[in-house]
This record gives sequence, structure tokens and C-alpha cells, in this order.
Amino acid sequence: MSPATPRPATAAAAPAEASTAAPAALGVEGLTVGYAGAPVMADLTLEVPAGQIVALLGANGAGKTTLLRTVSGLLTPRSGRVVLDGEDLSAVSVEDRVRRGLAQVPEGRSVVAELSVEENLHLGALWKIPARRARRDAVEAMYDAFEPLSRRRRSLGHQLSGGERQMLSLARALIAEPRVLLLDEPSLGLAPRVVAQLLDTLRDTARRTGLTVLLAEQNVTSALSVADRGVVLGLGEIVADAPAADIAADPALRHAYLGF
Amino acid sequence: MDRIAFLLATGLARGLVIALFALSLVIIWRAARIVNFAQAAMAVVAVFVAFAVTALTDSFWLGLVAALVAGAVVGYAVERWLIRLVPARTPLPGMIVAIGLVMVLQAGIGIAFGPQHRPMAAPFSEQPFTVGGVPVLSPYDLFVLLVALGVVGGLALLFNGTTLGLQMRASAMAPEVSRLLGVRVPRMVTLGWMLSAAVASLAVLLLVPTELGLNAHSGDVLFVHAFTVAVLGGLDSPVGALVGGIVVGVLISLVTGFLGAGLAPIAVLALLTLVLLVRPGGIFAVKEARTA
Repeated sequence: MSPATPRPATAAAAPAEASTAAPAALGVEGLTVGYAGAPVMADLTLEVPAGQIVALLGANGAGKTTLLRTVSGLLTPRSGRVVLDGEDLSAVSVEDRVRRGLAQVPEGRSVVAELSVEENLHLGALWKIPARRARRDAVEAMYDAFEPLSRRRRSLGHQLSGGERQMLSLARALIAEPRVLLLDEPSLGLAPRVVAQLLDTLRDTARRTGLTVLLAEQNVTSALSVADRGVVLGLGEIVADAPAADIAADPALRHAYLGF
Repeated sequence: MDRIAFLLATGLARGLVIALFALSLVIIWRAARIVNFAQAAMAVVAVFVAFAVTALTDSFWLGLVAALVAGAVVGYAVERWLIRLVPARTPLPGMIVAIGLVMVLQAGIGIAFGPQHRPMAAPFSEQPFTVGGVPVLSPYDLFVLLVALGVVGGLALLFNGTTLGLQMRASAMAPEVSRLLGVRVPRMVTLGWMLSAAVASLAVLLLVPTELGLNAHSGDVLFVHAFTVAVLGGLDSPVGALVGGIVVGVLISLVTGFLGAGLAPIAVLALLTLVLLVRPGGIFAVKEARTA
């Protein structure tokens, strides 16, 4: 996708796809997180195998966003750790986790409203591709992959529709070729057709590049349709962890934790 | 008619210094989302350094470089060792700490250097050229004009034409998202403080030769005027700072010329009141619109 060189640690591991780093596995071990008072999640352990899409399901308040924010480093856990490819990330800052290939698209379409589409994309690529010309090529590649964005290059973030913003958020995360992507509620407030498009793009990208994805969603059906595995969170605990098809087919689980 | 032309020209020159200082307030607002009430006191500290360098080397230009460097150093120190320790959930604690810093810096300068004004020489003549018998801008005014325009142009280039500027803007507008994109946000905030303090120091340095001289309060009136300009033009707008600075400078000049110098501060405060009446939220309305 871009001529940027992969990080030295991963360069040797991806001979077949020169432009793509090797997929990484993400682990969460004994994580306890709380804001003030009672913990939001206690002693949570979760494994996301390399190259898989794992749907993180659960109602509002189940702890999906808290888990993702802890993995990306925005929240510091009380105990437990986040592990990327065997490396403990406890002492690694948010910015440096990004440099290790861990990207998060936060909830609520995180486009910088005052920056243009083009500036948002450049911002996402800056740390990875410092050279201006190479970065322009990478931005062009994103316009190819997310065609509607190419017609809005000069538009500011706040001028975009909800679907365009979510598309831009995803493109901006993918432009730096992460190995692990954390996606928080990409379907929020979007029309079903737009959600389907986004998730299709996500699945295609993941298949092509070996991207590992942890996808937090309330839109259970859509999420399970692209996921390899489903993990159901209920009030900070994992209540189910199974292949996506099994979760989708379990009426008791759906009724108790997913509300349909 | 001649009198008006002279007052307009004088107002323009004075307004450009105000605009420069207002720009420094815009920079720090854009970089750190803080109204830095300590800006003038910090700048005066840097200009004292410049004064010492000029006195030792007999060179205005080395003093000017010293003001920029010292301003950046003061900005760095204040951000890293003071403001960073203040909780940033609301803008209020930062502002209160900044006001406290004003008191500490001004008292410190007063204790160290006394209350007297120390005259500084301008590098160019302050005798105005005459055009058709009407005195207009002096060579020093023209120098100030060029510096102000150069700084405005340079800042526009930095913020809109470089990746550093892009990261600084993004860090100010969306710090959390910026961190998730790998931007080193704390570093950008520190850079914003350094840049802003350097520009403010430059403004005070340009002002002092046209005034009585340098003392602990040399930047106070300039700050009030520049703050008015920042409210007038919008804290987010460099162009607003430039235009607003010239408007306030001309207003001061006209009021001083026709009604007397004593009324000039009242005119500026009247303008500030008027702007706040028309835009009741003032600067905070801008902030709310930004964070919404």
C-alpha cells in the first residue's frame, strides 16, 4: 500500500506481503479497571489470536469501551496487563503503543472536526511515513480504498456525514498499517447499509493484510457476520467466548446479554 | 486632516505591536486551550534578559535574539514545571495559577531590579517621515510593521504548511484522538508555550523603546489591549488578532489625539464591554462551540 518500511522487528516475518507487517496477537491478562469506587471490570482475561476478528459484545455499560481504552493505554488498570505479541505494554505510553502497531478508533467518529479530510489522513500517517511524497501516496491509496472520501478531500471534519466520518476514522487508522485494530462501535448512528459497507471493507482489509481486530459492537448481528469469534461481556465479566456462529445461534445467550 | 493622517499612522504602528501580542495569545489558546494571564509578566522577564544582553554587547539585535530565546525558555519552564501540574479538566485552575504567576514574577522583578523605568534605545530613528508636510510613520514604525507581518506570515506557514503545525493544531483541538494517532501531545503543548512566549517577548521588546522604559509592569497595558483584541477577533483567529490589533491601536491613537491620553484606556474597556455585550459569552462562547 505504501513504500514505508515495516518496523525492523516485523520486517523479516512478512516475506509474502512486503507492504504488510505480520499479524500480532493481543492478550489481556487479569485486568482490573475502575474509575472510582467499585471496579468496572475485575480480573478479566482475553486472548485475541493473530489475524482474527473478534467481536466484543454486550449491552451499554458492560465494559466494552473501558476494555478498549485500557488496551490502548488511555486508561491505566488497577492490576493486570495488556500484552502485544508477548510484550507487556504496562510501561508503554499510548503514543508508543501506536508505534508498536496497536491502533484504536474511538467511539463517536473521532474525526478532528476542524481539520480537513486530507489533513486527518496525513495526521494518521505521520509517525509511520515521515516523508511527504510517500505519505501522499499512502493517502491516495486510502482514497482508492474509501472512494467517497476522495470527493471530500478539502471538506472539514464537521462538514462530513456520519458515515463519511466513520469511514475517515477507519481510513485514518488503517493508513499507518496497524497490526492490531481496536474499533469501538463503528455502527453507532449509521444506516444499516453504511454499516454493512464499512464492515465489509474491514473484513476485506483484515483478510488481505492479516490485521487482528477487536470489534466492540452493540449491533450484534452485523458484528458476528464479519467476526471469527465472539466474546460476550456482561458487567465487566466474560460470559461467553465462542466461534461467532455459535454465539449467533445461542438463543439463551442472546436473550440474557444481547437483548434480542 | 493632517492630524487624522498622523494619528492613523501612529495607531497602525501601535496596533501592530498589540496585534503581535494578541497573536501570542492566539497561539497559546490554539496549542493549549488556556488564556494565559501570565503572558505579559513572562515576556517582561525575557525582555529583562534582552536588556542585559543589549547592555553587555551594545547590540539591539543580540538583545532581540536573546528575547526570543529567553521567551521560549520561560515558556518551557512555566509549562513543564507549573502548568503541567495543574488539573486540566476545566480551564479555571490554569487561569488562576497563571494569575498567581503574574504576582510572583512581578514581585520578583520588583525586588531584584526596583521600580524604576530603564530606557531602551530603538535600533532605528523614531522621528517620523513626512509625506507632503504631514508626519507619518517613523523608520522604527516601519521596522515594527515588517517584523509583525513577518511573524504573522511565518506562523501561518508553520500552522498550515508544516506537519509540526498540523500536529500542534490537532493536539489542541483533539488531544485524545491525536495521542491515538501517535502524536506526542505533551510535546506539542510545550512547543506551543515556547512559541507563544517567544512571540509575546518580541512584542514587549518592540514596545519598550517607544515607552518610558522597562520595568516589571511594562507589559500590563499591552496585555489588556491584546486581550481585548483576542476577544474582539476571536482567540482562534490569527487574522482576527491582526485586524483587531490595528483597530484597537487606531482607536487608542484617535482617542488620545482628540480626547486626551487619560481616556484611551476607558475607550478600550468600552470597546471590550461592547463586544462582550454583543457576544455575551465572549471567549468562552468560542470554547464551548469548539468542545461541543
